[in-house]
Amino acid sequence: MNFNSNLLGRASALFCAASLALAGCSVRPVGKGGGSGPTSPGGPVRLQGAGATFPRPLYEKWTSEYGKLNPNARIDYQSTGSGAGVNQIIAGTVDFGASDDPVSDDDLKKVQGSELVHIPTVLGAVVVTYNLAGNPELKFSPDVVADIFLGKIDRWDDARIRADNPGVSLPAAAITVVARADGSGTSAVFTDFLSKVSPEWQQKVGKGKSPNWPTGQRAKGNEGVVASIKQNPNTLGYTELIYAEQQKLPAASIRNAAGAFVKPSLDSISAAAAASLAQTPDDMRVSITNAAGADAYPVASYTYILVYKEQPDAAKGKLLVDFLWWALHDGAPFARALSYAPLPAEVRARAEAKLNSITSGGRPLRGA
Amino acid sequence: MKNPAPAGPSPSSEYGARARAWGWRRALAPTGNRGDAVFRALLFLAALTILLIVAAMIAATASASVPSMRVFGFGFLTGREWNPVQGRFGALPFIYGTVMSSVIALVISVPLSLGVAVFLVEQAPRRLARPVTFLVELLAAIPSVVYGLWGIFVLAPFLRDYLKPPLQKFLGWLPLFQGPVETGMGLLTAGVILAIMITPIISAVVRDVLAAVPDAQREAALALGATKWETTRVVLANGGPGIAGAIILGLGRAIGETMAVTMLIGNRAEISASLFEPSYTIASVLANEFAEASDELFLSALVQLGLILFLVTFIINGAARLLVWSVTRGTSGTARA
Repeated sequence: MNFNSNLLGRASALFCAASLALAGCSVRPVGKGGGSGPTSPGGPVRLQGAGATFPRPLYEKWTSEYGKLNPNARIDYQSTGSGAGVNQIIAGTVDFGASDDPVSDDDLKKVQGSELVHIPTVLGAVVVTYNLAGNPELKFSPDVVADIFLGKIDRWDDARIRADNPGVSLPAAAITVVARADGSGTSAVFTDFLSKVSPEWQQKVGKGKSPNWPTGQRAKGNEGVVASIKQNPNTLGYTELIYAEQQKLPAASIRNAAGAFVKPSLDSISAAAAASLAQTPDDMRVSITNAAGADAYPVASYTYILVYKEQPDAAKGKLLVDFLWWALHDGAPFARALSYAPLPAEVRARAEAKLNSITSGGRPLRGA
Repeated sequence: MKNPAPAGPSPSSEYGARARAWGWRRALAPTGNRGDAVFRALLFLAALTILLIVAAMIAATASASVPSMRVFGFGFLTGREWNPVQGRFGALPFIYGTVMSSVIALVISVPLSLGVAVFLVEQAPRRLARPVTFLVELLAAIPSVVYGLWGIFVLAPFLRDYLKPPLQKFLGWLPLFQGPVETGMGLLTAGVILAIMITPIISAVVRDVLAAVPDAQREAALALGATKWETTRVVLANGGPGIAGAIILGLGRAIGETMAVTMLIGNRAEISASLFEPSYTIASVLANEFAEASDELFLSALVQLGLILFLVTFIINGAARLLVWSVTRGTSGTARA
């Protein structure tokens, strides 16, 4: 063996070992009680959030805009689904969770430590979308929607669909229903509406994030449902309004509790929230589907951000409440631009009160 | 010098005396060299770590499945209903979906892969064989999600428009081909995409197996006046166990494939005789429902499904490697198992 190559070999081995050791030193350990570990002084403050897919486009816009205003902040949001978001905030692996569906009483019992606060951020709508030749505008009665998803109505030219849509030519084809395969707040809101309007649905399937859909295929995520519908004719499914608009899919009008066929729009969603103000309890967990107003869209819902009332890390807690305050006020124009309805004034006032009540070490974080 | 050796057979040579004195070093390495002994100990530890990881995975999944096993027992394997809201779980629809999609994949892929392998080993001129081999193996490198996307946007509409209607028209009397043709998603589409995904694996291993068959066999067949096809049959018969191993390896991959399948299979936990109906595989249900499962029984049922999949894949892959090794051992170079 040549002396030079031996020396080279040993030197390169030493170099590799040294660089690996240095790389290992710079990795920060992930602590419990917060997604991104303790804040190093002077470094960027990081927040980790996870939850609903419905508000993902909006939260991503908010986090990037806020990051431009406050370069010291790094906020990451992963849209893993409402159920996963609730599980993670309860387990403490993220700093804030997000869910379309308010956290159930059973899940709230699992919360350890301080109280979990629901902060409504925006309103959204679940729309019935479809792929038909000629792209007609369709109207549905709520019981027709329930029966389609129950499998009792399985053809497009069924008499009841034609009764709701006089003058529209419907194909003599089977309806392929597309639902969600994964647990989803969108599914929870939609099945909440179906349970209210169809006693058979309430009894057979009920409301939930992962209901046992009696018929149809299932796709993963709002994105998967929309892709399935767009690629296959004569399909029908449900998704959030923004996804249907982005993919240029039609959104059906649904008859509301007052008897009018209402198209989903920012105004009709806000009307639903306004009509339900009286029933909104103090912890903001309310269902606004099938709301009573004349212009209300019947399948609307709040989407919530879930935070702990007592924040363990003061720096991260301050960033969190400041970000949420900014989102509720300066973030509203971004919401409208992305087809999310901002909160009615009274609800926003209540959300502000909730933000003001968030503390760290017993001291309120806002106004600190 | 070290301690004198304990009682035992005493070689009279000086080497024997030194060897006995080196105790632990001698136990680890035949030369007794300290560097060798340390090296061998480190390698052994590395191998042991892998085994421990696998054992830990089996132990963790088994212990997490215990609540579900206690509630359902063996009925879990035959239960047909999957209802998280009401807490009733049964694995049969998923086992059926996994098995059927893999069988369809094998039926389509095995003739294709064997054809490719035989062509590359027996027929193709060397200049053509190398780029074609490279391209086939490139298919194995494409991520599963990309296959799924291609499936949604290209394969599913193609099957829906050009394959399913004729199949139903001409073979619709078979229950296999009755069912909805308006949609591209379903068991058949998932089977086709799996076939595309396992073809490079099967063909690569079969290629190695056929290349390992000694040339003497081919020469003997040709010398006896066999045609090219008859010679190829002799070669295939020779590589029989290896080819079986390759097929089982492909099956092992098809059973565990997740993303491409979940995007194309329709995700309905129901057993149906028709290939056009949607179905559900074990890997798909784990991918879809695991993140959201919050109640203990639901989680435990999912982990039990995962345990079933893990054990089945383990056994299948083990059998495959043994078969392939039995054919390719003793030939030059390491067997590409």
